[in-house]
Amino acid sequence: MTKLTENLNKKQKNLLLRVIAAAVMLVVLHLLPLEDYPVLRFLLFMIPYLTVGYDILRKAWKGILNHQVFDECFLMAVATIGAMILGEYSEGVAVMLFYQIGELFQSIAVGKSRRSISELMDIRPDYANLEQDGEVEKVDPDEVEVGSIIVIRPGEKVPIDGIVVEGSSSLNTSALTGESLPRDVKPGDEIISGSVNMSGLLRVETTKEFDESTASKILELVENAGERKAKSEQFISKFARWYTPAVCYSALALAVLGPLVSILVFHRTSDLALWSDWIYRALTFLVISCPCAIVVSVPLSFFGGIGGASNQGILIKGSNFMETLANVKYIVMDKTGTITKGNFEVTAVHDEREHNIDDAHMLELAALAESHSSHPIASSIRRAYEADGAILDKGRVTDVQEVSGKGVIAAVDALQVAAGNLKLMKMLGVACEACRSVGTIVYVASRSEAADPENGQPAGEGSVQAGGSWEYLGHIVISDEIKPGAADAIRQMKQNGIVKAVMLTGDITSMAESVAREVGIDEVHAELLPEDKVTLVEKLLAEKKAAASPKATLAFVGDGINDAPVLAIADLGIAMGALGSDAAIEAADVVLMDDDPAKIVKAMRIARKCIRIVNENIWFAIGVKFACLLLGALGIANMWLAIFADVGVMVLCVLNSVRALFVKGM
Amino acid sequence: MKKSYKIDVDCANCANKMEMAANKTEGVKNATVNFMALKMKVEFEDGADPAAVMQQVRSNCKIVEDDCEIFL
Repeated sequence: MTKLTENLNKKQKNLLLRVIAAAVMLVVLHLLPLEDYPVLRFLLFMIPYLTVGYDILRKAWKGILNHQVFDECFLMAVATIGAMILGEYSEGVAVMLFYQIGELFQSIAVGKSRRSISELMDIRPDYANLEQDGEVEKVDPDEVEVGSIIVIRPGEKVPIDGIVVEGSSSLNTSALTGESLPRDVKPGDEIISGSVNMSGLLRVETTKEFDESTASKILELVENAGERKAKSEQFISKFARWYTPAVCYSALALAVLGPLVSILVFHRTSDLALWSDWIYRALTFLVISCPCAIVVSVPLSFFGGIGGASNQGILIKGSNFMETLANVKYIVMDKTGTITKGNFEVTAVHDEREHNIDDAHMLELAALAESHSSHPIASSIRRAYEADGAILDKGRVTDVQEVSGKGVIAAVDALQVAAGNLKLMKMLGVACEACRSVGTIVYVASRSEAADPENGQPAGEGSVQAGGSWEYLGHIVISDEIKPGAADAIRQMKQNGIVKAVMLTGDITSMAESVAREVGIDEVHAELLPEDKVTLVEKLLAEKKAAASPKATLAFVGDGINDAPVLAIADLGIAMGALGSDAAIEAADVVLMDDDPAKIVKAMRIARKCIRIVNENIWFAIGVKFACLLLGALGIANMWLAIFADVGVMVLCVLNSVRALFVKGM
Repeated sequence: MKKSYKIDVDCANCANKMEMAANKTEGVKNATVNFMALKMKVEFEDGADPAAVMQQVRSNCKIVEDDCEIFL
């Protein structure tokens, strides 16, 4: 019992006690032989009635004074007082009792749901360890200025975004991204608030204020998500506005027209029994007229769905976007950063066997030749070479010449090495075959440095030193790597109802088409300028409108860095890998904190589940209510059934709503 | 101008009623009540005095739902 009540607030505990007391009294009064003492019986039944219902009666009275007649309290008051007048004491008390049980249950469920969300979103830091003049002081994170040094001990939450200046550690970012793999950080790395320091002491220079930090932004976003209401929410609040008065007027009509029709059409005699039968039916109507069950279950489902999703690193910025997300049929994806990693990697090294040089050696020569270049292609070759644990000895490289737009020629040990595109090879007079692989190709050639000066002197730019004739060694293929989960994610999207997956890219067509084939994209548009992407998405929107059902939506997925206009015109903008990128969080409707394409599918599944729950609740609750209204009008359902239906529907709807929160295993 | 206020209300339908009452108040351009987060976000008309408007919003809400509270 203590465990059960410890989470209740004062109001809830009070109501719980009143409900228990009234229930006990009701049972006792039922057992007492009071039939012969009508006045005593009435007075005794008034005790549990007032115990459990006094606040409802008071609120109903205030409602009348404020000209707000159609509220739940008024309806309950009329229904129960009516029952008392008809002499149905135990029913009157029971209706009030169950109504209050329903209210209590609802308030506990809502409170519990609020608490579980704040537990799931446990990223709000309570303090920061500010270092000032060599001393560390615990302060409110709000007070820490940009550029201050804070200390983060193992086990503590990172309070503010910053850059590590000292120490190394691994960070648990699972509360932010849903990713359980820890992230290692060392001096110079950016760290993000809301993650938890797991192993070492870190000194961090803050780069943002607390309010602008990731953790605060995410929390604000999740809290405000409920303000953008979904269509189903708007439908329900409209329904509630219309439903209660409609049922009240029908109740009145039933009480008056019912007996009149019976008398005039069926020639029944007008007696007290007839009138009280119809009044009882009308009162049953009033019991069913409370719309609270449906009204609470809808925002509760969305709240749970949005909260559960954010715990998985998926931020959905409003209930309305949950609906859009559940109906995505067309998905348009940017290539770089979404399907591919966006960093260039050496994917193949093709040597020319006849020159007796192996892959590793050629890669080494190329890496050395490119060792002074800052071009991304050059650094990817260096990375590939160093990946095997080799260390690049820049001392072996002398006399580097960059040939603009073509490549580089450098002296490595006793050789001259040329690495560059086909144009460079042509310039040097090297015979080589164009590689058909997709990507950027770097051709490598060499010649011995001390050789016949009359042979092979290249024309054109650069005073390339004289040497032997150039020998073609082979080529290196560099392409943007496809993310490991991309193909799987697209297959699953199609299983989940995506009609068409489109890829847009600024890259060359051959590369784009190869990526598309590999991951299973239906339609590719390559060599696009940013403004072309906007026109293309507009075209696809028109195509979707013509082909699919009006509810179908189009989502655009990008990395959020320079596709803000496209994110904005699509029905739904999804930004990926947004952790730490404010611009992406700002521009998109759904934000995926990490860059795993599987999260797109997960987000769709979460949204579908949430919308399914909302629809189940709406139709179940409305269905049961209308069934009870019909049975009540026919005199089949009595007040007991009505109140059980009312409270039961609410309990079931609320329990069903809570399901929206559980999205972990999806 | 937009401002956010903490509120207290017991039931979801009551929150909807508060939203309606707030939207009908003069000086309020748009108001949304977030029942789950217990927050009211109010967008004021140009030139309206938020403090005075919110007093009115609060009393209008109290009329439709006696048990509610807006923390100003």
